[in-house]
Amino acid sequence: MRTFPVIREAALVLAHMPNLVRYGSKPFREVQQSNGELLARLRPRLRDYAAALAYLPNQVFLGNAAPEALKEADRPWYAKPVPEARRFGAFGEIMPEEEFYCLLRRADQFDLLWLREEFLRQAEPQLREHPLLAAAGAGEGAGGTKPKGRDLAAILAQIERGAAMPLEHGGEVVGCIRRAHEIDPSLWCEVLLENLATKASGALALRHLLQRLEVEPGAVSYLLSCSEEAVGDRYNRGGGNLAKAIAEEVGCVNASGSDVKAFCAGPVYALVHAAALVQAGVFENVVVVGGGSLAKLGMKCMGHLEKEMPILEDCLAAMAFWVGPDDGRSPRLRLDAVGKHNVSYGASPQGMLEALVVEPLRRHGLGLCDVDRYAVELHNPEITEPAGSGNVPRANYRMLAAIAAMRGEIERGDIDAFVARRGMVGFAPTQGHVPAAVPYVAHALPALREGRLRRAMFIAKGSLFLGRMTQLADGMSFILEAREEVA
Amino acid sequence: MDLENQGTIKQLVDEHGAADLVVVLGAGELEAIKIAAETVTSGDPAYAGPLAGVSLGLPVFHILEAALKDEVPSALYEEKLGMYAMLYDSAELSTTLGGFRGGAG
Repeated sequence: MRTFPVIREAALVLAHMPNLVRYGSKPFREVQQSNGELLARLRPRLRDYAAALAYLPNQVFLGNAAPEALKEADRPWYAKPVPEARRFGAFGEIMPEEEFYCLLRRADQFDLLWLREEFLRQAEPQLREHPLLAAAGAGEGAGGTKPKGRDLAAILAQIERGAAMPLEHGGEVVGCIRRAHEIDPSLWCEVLLENLATKASGALALRHLLQRLEVEPGAVSYLLSCSEEAVGDRYNRGGGNLAKAIAEEVGCVNASGSDVKAFCAGPVYALVHAAALVQAGVFENVVVVGGGSLAKLGMKCMGHLEKEMPILEDCLAAMAFWVGPDDGRSPRLRLDAVGKHNVSYGASPQGMLEALVVEPLRRHGLGLCDVDRYAVELHNPEITEPAGSGNVPRANYRMLAAIAAMRGEIERGDIDAFVARRGMVGFAPTQGHVPAAVPYVAHALPALREGRLRRAMFIAKGSLFLGRMTQLADGMSFILEAREEVA
Repeated sequence: MDLENQGTIKQLVDEHGAADLVVVLGAGELEAIKIAAETVTSGDPAYAGPLAGVSLGLPVFHILEAALKDEVPSALYEEKLGMYAMLYDSAELSTTLGGFRGGAG
């Protein structure tokens, strides 16, 4: 039997950042255009930490509930808080805002993010009690000794002269993010905050991953970041290598890294690349890490305001996966059944699914019903529907079922049954690359190990046309398989 | 219907005249199909785009209606639209859009 690399473990984290919603790309622009009027409308609709913690989709994301729980739960989910919701879950945690501000400061090596002395005195001790962060040097991070907290007057002076944006918490200014360059838009404060948010959240996910594996940071050989942010200055916007910055932040001193980018399909590409590097023996292990996306906070806020709902896009989400050689226990990533979307396939959704799903299965004499569970873009429908974007996973599952019906593998009348059996309700925040199928890896690993699933397929698509360099869409898929060879 | 599409349709009508144009929809949800049909017949119901208050009265069809299926080579139809045809009731689409076409459909 051929051996394949395995995904040994996955970690998923959230950082609840209601006061950063205003710096999401959509609210940021709208607030400017409305002269601040939108900000006044947004503030009363932001959720507090307890509400975000007790939000069922977030508890599913963290592994405290199965995706099936959403099928049974009545909507609106935001109006039905989960009793006994837990901060730490099977896959990671949901971190409160004041702690994540401190984490952002730890991740900053260039004195870009200032926090008030009073705020630090209250928030830093909380972080020192954190099971994974206490050892990280009491706020020093990898960047060496940090200056003390700043006083409010100094912070306000930075903001007033246009050199910084305010960071708020509990209704007051607690700090600011400063620009690193006056005329280079790639180094303005809004961009640097985006990049720092990705670095800090990705690093948190990696720490959870290592803890779950009981592995020291020094054991990591290589990192691939699949985060979407364009780190760089004006001469190399998007130059990247956030992977290496995250590796340093977590103390992976024996690792190097690089970035894999392919819009929302990036994480699936990164996992396939990681598996290939392991299979080829280039590296002993590869960690794939995806940091959260500040730009996408509050993306659908106009729809939520119109429907008088809470602003549900208030969390940064990040993830990390450990890919290693066959350990005899973990589910295998079938490198001989990767689906790719060739240039010649064009942009039709039907052609996309045939390339990503039908073709790799056909290679092994399998049909669509030989996959127990499909993971597609797992956007939480409660976020997307009020903004007119529909139920993304449901639409994708219906298309998959329609293809099975077209091919005569199921009856046309069984489309809904196929969706119910092989699909799931979307539970991921709309963080671009994060909902792109892979959060389900965390749920699938134990199910595949325990024999509840035999085969799961992960399908991600990328909207390349958004960058105006091609009209093409893109996508990639892979299969995770339980240990027993399945005919 | 998004504002860009409304603008494109208005521009086409200005260039070629409404008499020689037919709108073919490919939208997903039935609700979105109805809104698009209303937009190109009586005007933008949201009163936000270039077709706000502009009543074009264009004949509007959906690509999955039987009348249009016959216009497309069957192999191409199967390749690009076979999947969607499984998900929609072509007769329901014809009834819905027939209402917007009035005598034209």
